[in-house]
Amino acid sequence: MSDRSIRQRPLHLAVEVSGAGLHPGAWRRPEAPGAGVFEAGYHIGLAETAARGHLDFLAVSDSFGPPGADPSALRGSLDAVAVAARVAPVVPGIGLVPTATVTHTEPFHLSKAIATLDFVSSGRAGWEPAVSRTQAEADLFGRKNSAAPTVLWREAAEAIEVVVRLWDSWEDDAEIRDVATGRFIDRDKLHYIDFSGEFFSVKGPSITPRSPQAHPLIVLRGDEPEALAVGARWADVVRIVAPSVAAAAGARRRVRAAVADAGRDPDVVAVLLDVEVLLSDNADAARRDLAELDGWAGELPPSTLRVIGTPAELADTLADAYAAGAADGFTAVPLALPGGLAAIADGVVPLLTERGLFRAGYDEGATLRGRFGLARPANPYAQGASA
Amino acid sequence: MSKKQVHLAAHFPGVNNTTVWSDPQSGSQTDFSSFVHFARTAERGLFDFLFLAEGLRLREHRGQIHDLDVVGRPDTFTVLGALAAVTTHLGLGGTINTTFNEPYELARQFASLDHLSGGRAAWNLVTSSDAFTGENFRRGGFLRPEERYERAGEILAAAKELWLSWADDAIVDDRGRGVFARDVPVVEHRGEQFSFRGRFGVPRSPQGHPVLIQSGDSDQGREFGAATADAIFSRHSTIEAGQAFYRDVKDRLPRYGRTDRDLTILPAATFILGDTEADAAERAEHVRRQQVGPQTAIAFLEQVWGRDLSAYDPDGPLPDVDPDPEGVSITRGRVRHEKDTLAVAKQWRELAEAKGGLSIRELIIETTARQSFVGTAKQVAAQIDEAVQADASDGFILIPHLVPGGLDEFVETVIPELQDRGAYRTAYTGTTLRDHLGLARPTSAHVPSPTARAS
Repeated sequence: MSDRSIRQRPLHLAVEVSGAGLHPGAWRRPEAPGAGVFEAGYHIGLAETAARGHLDFLAVSDSFGPPGADPSALRGSLDAVAVAARVAPVVPGIGLVPTATVTHTEPFHLSKAIATLDFVSSGRAGWEPAVSRTQAEADLFGRKNSAAPTVLWREAAEAIEVVVRLWDSWEDDAEIRDVATGRFIDRDKLHYIDFSGEFFSVKGPSITPRSPQAHPLIVLRGDEPEALAVGARWADVVRIVAPSVAAAAGARRRVRAAVADAGRDPDVVAVLLDVEVLLSDNADAARRDLAELDGWAGELPPSTLRVIGTPAELADTLADAYAAGAADGFTAVPLALPGGLAAIADGVVPLLTERGLFRAGYDEGATLRGRFGLARPANPYAQGASA
Repeated sequence: MSKKQVHLAAHFPGVNNTTVWSDPQSGSQTDFSSFVHFARTAERGLFDFLFLAEGLRLREHRGQIHDLDVVGRPDTFTVLGALAAVTTHLGLGGTINTTFNEPYELARQFASLDHLSGGRAAWNLVTSSDAFTGENFRRGGFLRPEERYERAGEILAAAKELWLSWADDAIVDDRGRGVFARDVPVVEHRGEQFSFRGRFGVPRSPQGHPVLIQSGDSDQGREFGAATADAIFSRHSTIEAGQAFYRDVKDRLPRYGRTDRDLTILPAATFILGDTEADAAERAEHVRRQQVGPQTAIAFLEQVWGRDLSAYDPDGPLPDVDPDPEGVSITRGRVRHEKDTLAVAKQWRELAEAKGGLSIRELIIETTARQSFVGTAKQVAAQIDEAVQADASDGFILIPHLVPGGLDEFVETVIPELQDRGAYRTAYTGTTLRDHLGLARPTSAHVPSPTARAS
């Protein structure tokens, strides 16, 4: 059953980037960007590489987590929504999915920021909502203490609901410009959301009209049960981690079951498996590279399936995992950048394309939702559904 | 040789009746292409910066969403970040309200914008005590009016502590020895409005911190601007009022160890150009009628009268009933300037009478803001130059009435005239907004307290 559902869809391939790569030693490699991680050019280069491989999207990871005391770590990062906005107008094709955390921020601001990213990217925006778990993050705001995952994800669920309802608070044809009556908008097509929850209340409507995709792609992690429940309700894409193909297949089944339990069709939610990658022309060189990184910064234990080897080995692993029903696609997480991304776009993608597993180019003008087979959603506030 | 130079900023036409949406040339207020057109025109005109206003709740009139003006706009940070991609020199500024944001997040967003734009970010710091807008935010909106500048001062101080916490040379990127960055101190802020602690997540940005703009006109606002701002927006566009404001604010600077050059004063100004003076005047009249349509005229009148006047004919005389003093909050989400509505009504009746019996619409056209500059390109350039040379201002923030092309004609015709007069740059000479404004890069996080006035 799940195999059939998989084969009807193309394999999805995204890449997540942060800093000089996932490995804390990556900034010491000759290819590393240095202070370039704080400049637009580096991020544009990453997005261009991802677009060259016609990947589904670039996930720009982010958190409020402050720099630590260790001068040997790459410290600091830019706001991911800002990075995505800076990249969007100059890099066509690629989807852009910044992480934006919801537990110390205003859902009203988030809603219009992601909607606006959708405008400036012509429908290529996504959003990965995340929670701030640590007391160190809470201390940067000084409003409340850190909380247990169950509380954090309850708050996240409310924030996501508010964001989505604000996205829908303008009907598509609300702007009428009716000179005869002097009306710019039909106010009956703007809707107060009147959200009142455990954590906040938000009146609405948004100040920003409905965006090209209406709902930018929502990507959520489904690793912990509290998060999975939120993803089952709201996600278009669920990211999972698993140490093996077999474990991933189990995790995917759990996600699909949760989605079904939430009353949604599991086939509309793509499950992407995180794969940590460090690639080189031959497997020995890749292993030496990892040893070097570990030597600099200490060993980084794998958090999910990891491929240290050649582009061909990664292509084989992804093809096999896909065929085994372990995932609808993958989020590659390079241990080192920018080469780790280039190796995927230029080395892995051609091999997957050759096997007929991956697209050979972008469809002109396609939205990110469209790439995942998702239609532009109808507006629940239309047809007088609201009070 | 060293003629005083005119500074210009470009205000993207916003959510009020200055912006004409009924004109066939009026494009989308939301599509990014409109912002790209506007920004590139401003950059072609060598403007210092582009500016986006902010309104965090849709305005209401008589309990319903106000539908006569442009409604809707995108997120300021996101548009500015995207515009950094399609421009190279133009400064990128916006209003961000301090009431509905926390200092750490704001500081991080502005520092990110400054990095990603290569040093072109500007922040118009606004603080509202507006519970109406607060209904859209988890923190609500309640702030006692007297706390506004306290909060503004404290958030600015907190943001500066964060922005300047990394040393300029903190990043050493010594790959051999394995030292990326050193000396990133923990910022600890304890105040009335905010208390937080931690290291800032963004290195010192190209401008040190964004250019700071202030727009309050009260005594307190002027003092705050003199103490903290790099630029001030004012509403005084006539020579005399401009000179009085200019002198008043610049005379406050020495109290804070600052000089005239440290603060750029930019009154808001609208303009209408024509091939001849008569042509410009005719176009100005046409635009005024577009800005004040029949329904808008009634809505304006209702703001003063505080009651439903929809039964009145906009082309007829003023209502014979008096304003309802209890109905003053008929419009929400916009700044109101009239206080004593009975007096305003009396004055308007007298004006309508004196002008030979103005209709409601004619009266509103007469009493609401007329264009600041009307004339040929040569005349408008002369008016701008003369105002700047007379120290009525250091330049202007121009508010065109059309999106996206409202700046085109100005850039094509007035800018060359200003250049001919030796009053305007012929090329950008620097890369950051601070360069354009002639401002030094800040090094100290100290925020002088505007209340500590040397008598």
